[in-house]
Amino acid sequence: MTVNQPLLRVEGLTKHFPVQKGLLDRISFQGGRLALRSQVVHAVNGVNLVLARGETLALVGESGCGKSTLAKTIIGLHTPTAGQVYFEGQEISRLQGRARKPFRKKIQMIFQDPFSSLNPRKKVMDIIAAPMKVHGLVGKTDRQTKVYELMEKVGLHPAYANRYPHQFSGGQRQRIGIARSLASLPELIIADEPISALDVSIQAQVLNLLMAMQEEFHLTYLFVSHDLSVVKHLSNRVAVMYLGFLVEVAETEAIFLKPAHPYTRLLFAAIPTLDVLEFREGDQQEGEVPTPIDLTRGCPFHPRCGRTQALCREMRPELTSLASVSGGEHLLACHYPVRD
Amino acid sequence: MNWHALRESWSEFRESPAGLCGLFLTTLLFLAALLAPLLSPLNPYDLEQLFLENSLKVPSLLDNWAYESFMLGSDGQGRCMYSAILYGLRISLYVGVASTLLSALIGTLAGLWAGYQGGRTDTLIMRLADIQLSFPAILIALVIMSLWGQGVGKIIIAISAVNWVFYARTARASTLSEKEKDYVDAAISIGVSAPAIMLSEVLPNIMAPIIVIGTVRIANAILLEATLSFLGLGVPVTEPSLGALVNEGYRVLFSGQWWVSVFPGLALMLVVLGINQLGDRLRDILNPRLKR
Ligand SMILES: Nc1ncnc2c1ncn2[C@@H]1O[C@H](COP(=O)(O)OP(=O)(O)OP(=O)(O)O)[C@@H](O)[C@H]1O
Ligand SMILES: [Mg+2]
Repeated sequence: MTVNQPLLRVEGLTKHFPVQKGLLDRISFQGGRLALRSQVVHAVNGVNLVLARGETLALVGESGCGKSTLAKTIIGLHTPTAGQVYFEGQEISRLQGRARKPFRKKIQMIFQDPFSSLNPRKKVMDIIAAPMKVHGLVGKTDRQTKVYELMEKVGLHPAYANRYPHQFSGGQRQRIGIARSLASLPELIIADEPISALDVSIQAQVLNLLMAMQEEFHLTYLFVSHDLSVVKHLSNRVAVMYLGFLVEVAETEAIFLKPAHPYTRLLFAAIPTLDVLEFREGDQQEGEVPTPIDLTRGCPFHPRCGRTQALCREMRPELTSLASVSGGEHLLACHYPVRD
Repeated sequence: MNWHALRESWSEFRESPAGLCGLFLTTLLFLAALLAPLLSPLNPYDLEQLFLENSLKVPSLLDNWAYESFMLGSDGQGRCMYSAILYGLRISLYVGVASTLLSALIGTLAGLWAGYQGGRTDTLIMRLADIQLSFPAILIALVIMSLWGQGVGKIIIAISAVNWVFYARTARASTLSEKEKDYVDAAISIGVSAPAIMLSEVLPNIMAPIIVIGTVRIANAILLEATLSFLGLGVPVTEPSLGALVNEGYRVLFSGQWWVSVFPGLALMLVVLGINQLGDRLRDILNPRLKR
């Protein structure tokens, strides 16, 4: 293992879901013959991604663009249609059962919904102790002490250990979820919009907790979000996703300062708090939001893009490196990047 | 469910007179069945207590309001009907409860497994259930009993073989919706094994509808047993259930000795009525919100 080996490397990761439709909807006439069409949702398409140890990569994009699917495919809740996931250099995406188990310890997930992510029939003690139990990390007698410790770390009173999830508020429940994700001493935490379901007043607290935990446990975060002010505050790098494709990946400062993809601009223009970037007319044109079912030819963003040219309709741009002033890598998938 | 939720459910339960009647009747009959040896004036299983001169006695309650043997008359062998009904109630309730527990166990596990695994396992189990449902329940039970012979244990298994389907369908449907919840994903990503997720994460969350179905189906199981016994394919004649008693009485019904079949029939009706009222009420309370 080399020192510079990334913690996580995702290569060409693709996840398609079959569309559940009746037989009649799928039958069509093609050239005088009956054909059975099978449609798929192209949730994630050929994603390449690298996470260095200790960094926070934010994954942003509008609702339905495949962020959760990508996150879940990385952690193994979905089997990829194509592509690989390397953790510390080892391909893990198709490992099952026993072979997978070490990675189930090293990668953890924090979920968006603090209500459905905790089993209503389990006490906080059992919820937080579960990872220790599964991986045999702590002896039975010490488990309780460890849980109390974790609860204090995430800001919960240990006296609440014997309560059920429904006796807590959303913010407290998310703290329980965070404590559970820390219990197996993971290296990578995938957080799927961990604060978006919380009250605004609580969001900052939980965010600060996540950052404090990163410091203390030397965690690497893949942070899914669509709140860009949070992203700016928290992440080292940002990856922008559109219809299952990564369209731009760059260091946070660089991308906030000089977003190069028209879609990134559009996304950033949507946040009112950022006055540095004013949204300019002409960057976007009226167009139907395409579904991930029928992928258009060419650039996935071209139907909505204001700068579309012939090439954009013909050929899909690859994610390639852009000369960057700051020295960090700036990846972009656009034939005619915005430069100004 | 904690203590508070239980109290809340009870105060809601109390609002319906029908439900309360059901609870009262069910409790009363279960107690009677349980205490049958103490309550019955004679032991209907003791052949030494049977005398031919006691056969087909008219219910003594008709002339004399007293708690005594033959107060509900006697059958052709001189058996005290009241005692026989108490013991018969015992067998009927025992078969009803045992077969309900057994079918709930089998059905819930099958449905849980089918729903959680999906794919071929699901198709296989649920097709089997569908096929079975396309036959009348009584027919399946009849076939099993006539191939296998009489016996309390056998009838419990036969009834369970018919009734597991209902639990399987409910368990599967609930499992499908629970499976979508993040706590299952959380358990998977922690590394909990599939059987452990099914049994310790999902199962506790699908119990409420199973319990409701259970109470509703107990009455059905009791009736099925009664039907089989009435047809002479259920429990052995030496230890008659309510259904077997009705069958016996049926032979002398048209010669004027109505009490031999009417009283066990009435007892059967009360059991089914009570349990059904109770079950309906439980379903009303538990179903709309599926409390957890
Ligand atoms: N299990 C599934 N089966 C079929 N389609 C799915 C499944 N999961 C996700 N999809 C589809 O894949 C696409 C991407 O969904 P995904 O949940 O990954 O989006 P997202 O970016 O996380 O959105 P959001 O911001 O709303 O959480 C959507 O069109 C969705 O309908
Ligand atoms: Mg999502």
